[in-house]
Amino acid sequence: MRNLTKTNNPYGDDKDFSGCSIFGMMNLEGNLFSSDKIVKAITNMHDRGNGQGGGFAVYGIYPTFKDYYAFHIMYLSRHAKEKTDKTLAAYFNIIYDEEMQTKPANVSNPPLVWRYFVQPRKIRPKGKLIEDYVLETVMKINTEIKNSFIFSSGKNMGVFKGVGFPEDVADFFCLEDYKGYLWTSHGRFPTNTQGWWGGAHPFNILDWTVVHNGELSSYGINKRYLEMYGYKCTMQTDTEVLAYAVDLLMRKQNLPINIVTRILAAPLWNEIDLMKPKEQEMLRTLRQTYSSLLMNGPFSVIIAHHGEMIGLTDRIKLRPLVAGTKADILYLSSEEAAVRLVSPKLDKFWSPRGGEPVIGKLTNPLLFAESSILEENRT
Amino acid sequence: MIEEKKIIAAIDPDLCSFIKLENHVWKINAKEMYYKDLNSILRIIVQNGAKKVEIYNVCGQRYIGTDLNSDVQIKIFGTPGNDLGAFMNGPKLIVNGNAQDGCGNTMNNGEIVIHGQTGDLLSHSMRGGKILVRDDVGYRVGIHMKEYHDKKPNIVIGGTAQDFLGEYMAGGVILVLGLNLTKGDCCKARFVGTGMHGGIIYEREKILEVGAGTKIMNTGKRDKLTIETLVQEFCKNFNLDFDNVMNAKFYKIVPISKRPYGKLYSH
Repeated sequence: MRNLTKTNNPYGDDKDFSGCSIFGMMNLEGNLFSSDKIVKAITNMHDRGNGQGGGFAVYGIYPTFKDYYAFHIMYLSRHAKEKTDKTLAAYFNIIYDEEMQTKPANVSNPPLVWRYFVQPRKIRPKGKLIEDYVLETVMKINTEIKNSFIFSSGKNMGVFKGVGFPEDVADFFCLEDYKGYLWTSHGRFPTNTQGWWGGAHPFNILDWTVVHNGELSSYGINKRYLEMYGYKCTMQTDTEVLAYAVDLLMRKQNLPINIVTRILAAPLWNEIDLMKPKEQEMLRTLRQTYSSLLMNGPFSVIIAHHGEMIGLTDRIKLRPLVAGTKADILYLSSEEAAVRLVSPKLDKFWSPRGGEPVIGKLTNPLLFAESSILEENRT
Repeated sequence: MIEEKKIIAAIDPDLCSFIKLENHVWKINAKEMYYKDLNSILRIIVQNGAKKVEIYNVCGQRYIGTDLNSDVQIKIFGTPGNDLGAFMNGPKLIVNGNAQDGCGNTMNNGEIVIHGQTGDLLSHSMRGGKILVRDDVGYRVGIHMKEYHDKKPNIVIGGTAQDFLGEYMAGGVILVLGLNLTKGDCCKARFVGTGMHGGIIYEREKILEVGAGTKIMNTGKRDKLTIETLVQEFCKNFNLDFDNVMNAKFYKIVPISKRPYGKLYSH
């Protein structure tokens, strides 16, 4: 921050007024692009955060290893790494592993960060989905091994996060060296829990990521519900439940996004009363079935997985979200200025209504699909 | 010229290269300028008598127009940041672009003209002055607006408003024109006037669905005068045909009770 005593600061106005910042950018044609624009955009919202967390999710970054799960793991002790390595080797074939490339940056107390490309071993029980096998192992390591956290576990994508401003975290992880077709980012202003490396956004499981501005006051209910399905919350932050909720609803239960948004941000009862009978019946059923997955409290989020980026706010829009498009690119942001900075002239710009999702999909949904899915499609 | 030198001397030397004076207009290039620097420049030049200011390449700088206590005219090119004109007392801001959230927050006096749209919370707790918006506005516009004797805030919205328009409104006037709607269309706004207990929302045709605690009424003579004055000013600023805009039926939305929640905790 600039020294203001030189100019004029009669009121000593160095107080922090903040709220998290979120920014997402997706090339709908699947063309890869580098980090410069997203870093520039999230940096423009620097003052929304306070340096207690920043992070990025990138899709399409590991084309060489695209068929293997890419684990990003933070270790708070050497001992944790030894233990984790043993567990990993028991469940996976480790194809390649390395210390994450980092450089000195303005981040606080960086842990040891390691990257692994792994393939599930054949010992997995018959009938169990590979994804569930991976998910269970991630949960096992995160809950059972002290000081070891898998914070990214998808294929051909990765999460980079830590304690610092987002631009510093980008610096630390050398994000200028990566390219992806979908980037989301977050600047944190923690309200209820301390800022630590695992608590920074995005939150991830498999290839699902969430960045979030706001507060989920329903965290306790959501967490207990998700525990019944094997999701264990270890990152000490409310947003984590949202990542697991979308994994449960969209991947496991295969619900379409327009249903999922109506579970997470369900219409108010008095709105349902005004709908057509058939719609009423459906929404009543959804609210009753999934009452424990209703995300209560103010939020704006960007949810992403391969091929799709979704922006959503709570039903009464207590947190900001704007959207814009320019040619093949969809932008989602907390503030318009951040979008205008990287794309001054937009084809379309709008403020989505509360509870109504903005959905960006790849024009060719199979572009980044897994090889096995492509195989099925061919036959 | 002497005066100009005196002013420049008061400004951080690092920032001087971003400012120039042309025909009594102070021009500031705000590209990549930190918002505190921009606002401190504004304070210095306005305190020293600047009457016209133009700010270029604005991109997200907050609180522009705050703490100036003058009738300076400031033209803004770009996208000003949150709380544009917060606590503003006197200046006229003209924005060539969109405004973000919290524009006119607790504004006391002055005028904001926006050649574009605004985000949420426009005129939050506003207590005086005027805001004209050419296009649409976001959620919770006019929340907690209030009036006292001759201090009466006015806002005119050329396009549509979103949910919670006039929430907890206690005074002042909001006029929604809906000029970009096709005939028969409505603003997609739920909960208009929730908790409203003072002030008036005018609408051009029935484009707002009122919430509980408010009622729609026909406009009277005095209402017509208010509407005409506001529309005149709106048309002058955005170059529109007055008769065309007035050629419609206007309604007013007012609270049913001055104390809508008076009995909330009484039984």
